[in-house]
Amino acid sequence: MNWRAIATIYAAEMARTSRTLFQSVVSPIISTSLYFVVFGSAIGSRITEVQGVSYGAFIVPGLIMLSLMTQGISNASFAIYFPKFIGTIYELLSAPISFVEVVTSYVGAAATKSAALGLIILATAELFVDVRIAHPFWMITFLALTTITFSLFGFIIGIWADNFEKLTIIPLLIVTPLTFLGGTFYSLDMLPPFWQKVTLANPVVYLVSGFRWSFYDTADVSVGVSLAMIGVFLAVCIGVVAWIFRTGYRLKN
Amino acid sequence: MTASVIDIAGLYKTYDNGFSALADVNLAIDRGEIFALLGPNGAGKTTLINTVCGIVTPTAGTIHVNGHDALRDFRAARACIGLVPQELTVEPFAKVAATTKFSRGLFGKPRDDAHIERVLRDLSLWDKRDNSNRELSGGMKRRVMIAKALSHQPDVLFLDEPTAGVDVELRRSMWNVVRGLRDRGVTIVLTTHYLEEAELMADRIGVIRDGHIALVDDKTALMDKLGQKRLTVRLSTPLDRVPDRLADYDLALAGDGHALVYTYGRDGDAPVRALFDDLSRAGVAWSDVDTDQSSLEEIFVDLIGRTDDTESSP
Repeated sequence: MNWRAIATIYAAEMARTSRTLFQSVVSPIISTSLYFVVFGSAIGSRITEVQGVSYGAFIVPGLIMLSLMTQGISNASFAIYFPKFIGTIYELLSAPISFVEVVTSYVGAAATKSAALGLIILATAELFVDVRIAHPFWMITFLALTTITFSLFGFIIGIWADNFEKLTIIPLLIVTPLTFLGGTFYSLDMLPPFWQKVTLANPVVYLVSGFRWSFYDTADVSVGVSLAMIGVFLAVCIGVVAWIFRTGYRLKN
Repeated sequence: MTASVIDIAGLYKTYDNGFSALADVNLAIDRGEIFALLGPNGAGKTTLINTVCGIVTPTAGTIHVNGHDALRDFRAARACIGLVPQELTVEPFAKVAATTKFSRGLFGKPRDDAHIERVLRDLSLWDKRDNSNRELSGGMKRRVMIAKALSHQPDVLFLDEPTAGVDVELRRSMWNVVRGLRDRGVTIVLTTHYLEEAELMADRIGVIRDGHIALVDDKTALMDKLGQKRLTVRLSTPLDRVPDRLADYDLALAGDGHALVYTYGRDGDAPVRALFDDLSRAGVAWSDVDTDQSSLEEIFVDLIGRTDDTESSP
């Protein structure tokens, strides 16, 4: 293992964030604050409580989850797509490193960034509503697992994409709808029975539910199922990355 | 340590679409030499370099770098190699010094600011160290790529068309850089379209064609063996044919009979003096003499042409 190479790529990726600080950090904070204003204050004032929590506080875990997923994907997919697009990928391929180092460093940096962002959003939320965390250990566990899984997913998208359209099509057409329909802004029991069943097919439901449990001790589905689901998704992503590693898909011929 | 720094044996590369880019390439690069790889477009120059550097996976064959197998022991093998690819690709927003240090770290070498400074100074990039890559001219970007390749002190430097699209002045300074590197013991493998460049720089020359090495030789030996010299004698009075007395020489009339052209080998034992004696005996009056020698370019065209002939014959 070439640890120095991992540290080098990781540091370079983090430095890239500081160059695009506004885009990377400020804009998600602004959009999250907008969610609070629109959903928390304007609409939330008409909803009294959900599962024993004020609506404004209820949506906090969902909002953090939303940004962990979307930011994890966009950070990691862009980070690996960019060198492919401009051609500097040659350096990664000719360096004395294996794909393990490449994945560890890029996914690690993307996960760090989105996890930091999740914590910033949590701090921002504290300004609007009273957030309490019932199970801090599990909160961090869910946060870490989700951000790593979705950064891996983003990395796969970045490898697969050979143009900018492909880079954005999966987040836009699949991930965003799933997160919005995954109970970010509502509890499943607010839905008609038929749609409750349909929603259970959405993997995001399990992530949001489990994460919310770590805050307020209430969940739509059992915590064990939530953990199992994220474990499955993580395993699938690792499997695909391992396959890319073995075949050199879209990287080597 | 073996004598050759790179050893390629029985190397094949067939792409998924069936295109055979390399077919049975055998090549040894000597330690400390400048090796020029020549060949027409699409002959396999870049594929060969990329296969050695780990960007292309070979279909069959072995590559050893400093005795390390480039596939099984790829970390040790690649650590010895610096690569400057053909396309100008540098991260546009990174700064010159930072991107050079990045390459060093990527190759697992500990931070060494003194070495980075030396490399940047050698390439006249030190003044630009805090500039973003996108602010640099094309030639400067090429130097940044060389600096990145040298940042981890490689034993072998691959330069894929280092001077393509580079102006004369910059090309000359690039040549000086390459010579300086060789003087410090770095082995250099370069591909080029400018035969003048190979002629000026290389110790040995390899010609690759249709994915196989057509010829490898010492540059001077190659030019002696295949190159020719021409002696042009300007005549005071034009001739309508070569006098019989001079039939033993390889002579031809040129310029409507105003000049006699004598073609001979470069090895230095041509009977030039005897030719002039015989010219006087034959009563040929001349006013001026010119000599020139065939360039590597002519040898190359001749060689490629000859391979064409042999391949088209049954």
